[in-house]
Formats: sequence, structure tokens, C-alpha cells
Amino acid sequence: MSRIKLSLSTCTLALIWALPQAAWADELRGGGKLLLTNGISSLEGASGGSLTPWAVIAGNETKDGIGVSAHATVAEVKSYDFQSAGFSIGLFDRVELSYSHHNFNMNEIGAALGLGADYAFKQHIFGAKLKLAGDLVFGDPMMPAIVIGAQYKNSDNDAVVGAMGAKDTKGIDYYVSASKLFLSHSILASATLRATKANQIGLLGFGGDRNSSYSLQAEGSLAWQLSRRFAIGGEYRTKPNNLGVAREDDWFDLFGTYAFNKHLTAAVGYADMGSIASVGEQRGVLFSLQASY
Amino acid sequence: MSMIAIALLLQSASPPPYAMPGEEPVEAYEVRPENAGAKPFEGDAMAKAFGGQDGIRRVVNRLIDLNSNDPVIGEIFVTEDRVRFRRTLFEHMCYLLNAGCIYTGMDMRSAHKNMGIQQADMNRMVENLQSAMDAEGIRFHAQNRLLAKLATMRKDVVER
Repeated sequence: MSRIKLSLSTCTLALIWALPQAAWADELRGGGKLLLTNGISSLEGASGGSLTPWAVIAGNETKDGIGVSAHATVAEVKSYDFQSAGFSIGLFDRVELSYSHHNFNMNEIGAALGLGADYAFKQHIFGAKLKLAGDLVFGDPMMPAIVIGAQYKNSDNDAVVGAMGAKDTKGIDYYVSASKLFLSHSILASATLRATKANQIGLLGFGGDRNSSYSLQAEGSLAWQLSRRFAIGGEYRTKPNNLGVAREDDWFDLFGTYAFNKHLTAAVGYADMGSIASVGEQRGVLFSLQASY
Repeated sequence: MSMIAIALLLQSASPPPYAMPGEEPVEAYEVRPENAGAKPFEGDAMAKAFGGQDGIRRVVNRLIDLNSNDPVIGEIFVTEDRVRFRRTLFEHMCYLLNAGCIYTGMDMRSAHKNMGIQQADMNRMVENLQSAMDAEGIRFHAQNRLLAKLATMRKDVVER
């Protein structure tokens, strides 16, 4: 399996380097997006808000080029340390391919649950997103950008998530998102519908004793742009509750995001992740950095 | 009544010619409010936010300087009739902001025809406009209200 993962990442890396050097390279044009209009990388790698995808494509490119981005995110909640890191490639402001790796460290709770101190749930997420229609900023002010996307998630903790009651160690989420920047009000609104079996976005496997099939979840973001560089907002994300031994709650956050320049964006937030792995009130700070070209 | 007043009266009674003195000739077109590509704001709040015609003129002059000297999009404006562009761009913004002007320029599609403007170019112009509005001290929210009008014109500005 690790060899497959390795070759997949190698392929993606090769793609990033090979594409700009292709024969039609002189027709390609890098950069050109307006500040903040590629969002930031969400935990699962898709560009958007912190918790949920938006109908935007990663990278700084327009429809005439190819862009890339990389992100690192940490969520420090009451009992756990959650790290997410990954990269994305944006093709012609139309297609987004992303990879994100999660490391969810249980700290002392790991020992309490008999998994050992600093036990970590890990997973790999490969994402693809396609813009179907519309535009975040331009065109009809009432016509949002619309994307569809899929996220293939693969847990590294097969035995433990199985013991917790998860039916599977890998799964695919499917989603559709619509997003619009209502310029006349300086407000960005985004809504996502997701079909998923994932327990705690996949960290605790897929499906469970309470429910083993896909369920439809709603996610939304609202952001208010205060300047070209700075926006504040909030997000809400409903989640399934498939595992009997570990209740799962909806997530929400409040965030501020700041673009230092076209290549570096930071987000700081307060996140409430509810109960995770049977321990409740997982609230804390979220910090994310994104580099993009 | 002085000659100047008569001349002004005549000018306001009939639309100005396609090309004003000092401008290169252009093909005839119909002067219509629809050429502006969007309806003007109602009331005088936006005109005030931009400091009236004087403020708008400073924004337009700064924008033209920024665009002309821009390493990315400066090339687009090399062949442009600057005298005419300065006048029609001012009229356009002044009209949209309801600051007391008639827009006498071409419609957006004709005005941008064959300029080869790509999305990245339009975004660069937006950034230059934002810089010009910042320099004039115009509030961000008022800036965005104007940009919202311009955003609807993309299909006539960006090629392909």
C-alpha cells in the first residue's frame, strides 16, 4: 500500500513539474487570481474555508494557467493535537487535485483508552474537484460558482478503527459546493452538501454499528471581507454519528484570514469539534498557513 | 448670455461627438445609456463616497497611470488613444456612480474588442483600480459596491 501511495505522490509531483514544461508552455500563464479568491486549504485538502470546501480552485492561476499550493494546519483542542499538511494543484481554474495527510495525536487520552500515550490516528486524503459553472466573483451576481468533488480517504489505523466498530478503513466522500462573493455587500457565502460514511472525517474509519451507509451532511461558510487582505467568518459542518462507542458532534469555527501577499495566506480560528473518540468539549485554536503560486 | 453659456447649452442639448478635439477618429456608434454596461447607483451616496467628480477624476487619472506603467498589462494600453480613454473612463465611472455625467463611449464589448484581455489582465486592472481608490481614501465597502457593477461586465471584457 505504501508503495502505491508513494507512486501516487510521485506522479502528482511529476505532473506539477512536467506540465509547465510541456510543448504548450508558452501559452500558459501563471498567477492572476485576486487576493483570497482561492480560499485557504481546508483540513481535508480541498481549497475553501478551514472546515469545508468552497467552489474555488487551488493555486493562483486563472483559466489560462496552472497553479499550486501547499498548506500546514494545526488544531490544538482540549485533549488532542491535530495536524494536517498537504499540497494541491489547480488546472486552468477548473480542476483541483489535492493530497492531505492527517496526524491526530491523542496525547494522554491515548493512554487512558489503552492505545498508549501519544497514539495518533493518521490518514491520507486524495481529493479531486471540478468546477462545473459560474464564478466566485464575476458574472451574474446571483450565479455562484459550482463544483463537484470527491475525497478518497485511507486510514492508517486499520486495527484500532476496526475495534472501535468502523466497518471500513477507507472510503470516498462526494460533495457539491456553491460559493459566491457578494461584492456589493463584501460577503462570501458558501454551501456544501456531502455524502459520506466517514467517522470524524475518516480519522476513525468509515461506517459503524449505528449506521454503515452513506449519509448526507450540510456544510456552510459565511465570511465578511474587511479589506483586500483580511476577512473574518464562521463555518458550520454537520457530521454523521455512526459509532456507538464514540459519539460525534457537528463542528463549527470562527476564523480570521489574512493574505500577506499573493503567495502567503494565514488563518487563525477558534474551533469547536465537540466530542472526539469519546472525550467531549474538544474546543481550541486552529492555525493554518498556505503558500500558493 | 455669453458665448460660453450658449456653447454649454448646445453641448448639453445634443450628445457630444464620438471623438472630441484632440482624440483620434473612431467609427460612428450610437450613444446610449446601455453602453455603460450597468445601471448607475441611485441617490448620491456613492458619488459622495468617491468625493464627487473631482475625486473620481483623481481615481481615473491614477488608474490610467498605474495601468500604463504596469509591467503585466501596460502593453495593452500602448496603442490606446489615451486622451479619449481618459475622458470615456471618467465619464463611465462618473455615470455609474451617479455623479452627474453622461457616458458617451462605446458599449463594453466594442470598447474591449481585439484587446486580447485575459482574466489575469482584468484582475490586474481591478487591483490597480483598488490601489487608485485606496489612494483616494475611499472606503473598502464603497469600493466593492463599484466593483460589483464592473464584475458583471466580464463577459464583454475578457476574451474567449
